[in-house]
Amino acid sequence: MKKFLNTPESVLSDALAGMAAAHPGLHVDQNAGVIRRAEETRVGKVALLSGGGSGHEPLHGGFVGTGMLDAACPGEVFTSPVPDQMLAAAKAVERGSGVVFVVKNYTGDVLNFQMAAELAADEGIEVQTVLVDDDVAVQDSTWTAGRRGTGATVFVEKIAGALAEQGADLAAVAGIGRRVNEASRSFAVALTACTTPANGKPGFDLPDDEIEIGVGIHGEPGRHRQKLAPAREIVASAMDAILAEPALADAGQVIVMVNGLGGTPLMELYVVFHEVAALLADKGAAIARSLVGNYVTSLDMAGASITVCRADAELLSLWDAPVNTPALRWGL
Amino acid sequence: MDIALTRQWVQAVAEAMDEHKDRLTQLDAAIGDADHGANMNRGFSAAVTALDTFEPESVGQLLTKVGNTLISSIGGASGPLYGSAFRAAGKALTTPEPDAAEFLAALRAGLAAIQAMGAAVLGDKTIVDAYAPALDAFAEELGAGGDLAHAAARAAKAADDGAHATIPLQARKGRASYLGPRSIGHQDPGATSTALIFEALAKVVNP
Ligand SMILES: Nc1ncnc2c1ncn2[C@@H]1O[C@H](COP(=O)(O)OP(=O)(O)OP(=O)(O)O)[C@@H](O)[C@H]1O
Ligand SMILES: [Mg+2]
Repeated sequence: MKKFLNTPESVLSDALAGMAAAHPGLHVDQNAGVIRRAEETRVGKVALLSGGGSGHEPLHGGFVGTGMLDAACPGEVFTSPVPDQMLAAAKAVERGSGVVFVVKNYTGDVLNFQMAAELAADEGIEVQTVLVDDDVAVQDSTWTAGRRGTGATVFVEKIAGALAEQGADLAAVAGIGRRVNEASRSFAVALTACTTPANGKPGFDLPDDEIEIGVGIHGEPGRHRQKLAPAREIVASAMDAILAEPALADAGQVIVMVNGLGGTPLMELYVVFHEVAALLADKGAAIARSLVGNYVTSLDMAGASITVCRADAELLSLWDAPVNTPALRWGL
Repeated sequence: MDIALTRQWVQAVAEAMDEHKDRLTQLDAAIGDADHGANMNRGFSAAVTALDTFEPESVGQLLTKVGNTLISSIGGASGPLYGSAFRAAGKALTTPEPDAAEFLAALRAGLAAIQAMGAAVLGDKTIVDAYAPALDAFAEELGAGGDLAHAAARAAKAADDGAHATIPLQARKGRASYLGPRSIGHQDPGATSTALIFEALAKVVNP
């Protein structure tokens, strides 16, 4: 394993210190485990708070700033944060109008955020939760913990964040977040496993000529394994799974993200985007907005995820609203 | 079960987690996200530190403190699940130094908390698959007139058997469920850490 580390144990605190030094718009409280906006927001604004295991950067800390999150709680690598962090964050950023928790659907995240919501309620802070579960590689059934939350988290945080910035109330901000989640579906493919600093070796063995189909963002193996194939074929099977979803049944305007998992060059992500665009055109869908880059990563995993969100005029206008964070910035 | 013994139990669990953290992490790498060993080790070493400066008046207070510390230091699925279990066990105790039957009732409250929170049942390939048979064995031994030491020893054996018996199961809860049938053939990390907790109990009550 070759990584830029001082010690595996200090990777999170060293990275947080680096974020603080690089981005004066962020206030990083290492003791509390909270990244929040350096500038205080106005009284009455609904606060948007997210968090999850580290190793997915820029998610979530990189999305803290005007027009998106008020605070993010980074856990240990691939481990959900503890309730104390979310409570401290909620207390720091709430302005009397409540807090929306954006939670990716993993047992650990769900349980820790649930405990935090109870603690916040004890302190008189109203909390609503938006659960993100967009990954179609997992079937939502009694046989699983439900679909995972992946790429759609970026869409939820951007769009709900824009509405919160405009002064909407708690129910409206949570409501639009849920609507974005329901309209979004994702699928990911890995070319290599990733290596956590603590483990020091790849999470699974993958021969040079094989790929994992339907992976999540925590280095766990996917649904199945197959031989490496041309990008066109890999993308076609991913898009088949996404477009088979009732939520995306009728063609229309879509926001599309082709996301790198951390170890794939941007050039290859554009190769993937090209195939995605061709398949969507065949279906009669119009790509209204797009993102190509590393937004929800899985440490050093090579691979890509595709997220498609069926968008109407309201969602698009919120998408276009100004945002000023380390990882997304436009409309200023 | 007295306060000193309970302290020793937590200490022994912390030592076991430290010793077995790589094994737990390898088990979690196969069907999860390779953090279970680090999670459990962080949690129980924090619990030992918290107890260093804590003078409880009852076993219940001590267990509640352990639960709160686990919740505040682990994260992941195991933090809230184990934390709530220790907390529920602590709150279930009404006498300062419970006898074996009262201690069993507290352990049962712990399992109930895990199931209330995570909704796992026997056979889902989770903590429950080691914890539930351990309590059955514990109760059976007490029912047959055995003492705490014998009950804990049988519980440890049953928990370990339960953890092994997760190998052929397909996971239906937690991260491993994402793998579908590919989760078959691997031992569940959470059931394995539960077996370590019961083994530590057997060790301290039966030196
Ligand atoms: N619903 C549940 N009920 C009981 N035990 C569960 C449940 N879900 C998961 N577990 C147990 O938790 C263990 C995994 O714990 P671990 O510390 O690795 O957390 P994690 O799932 O990786 O958390 P996170 O999702 O935040 O990464 C599993 O092996 C399983 O025994
Ligand atoms: Mg894990």
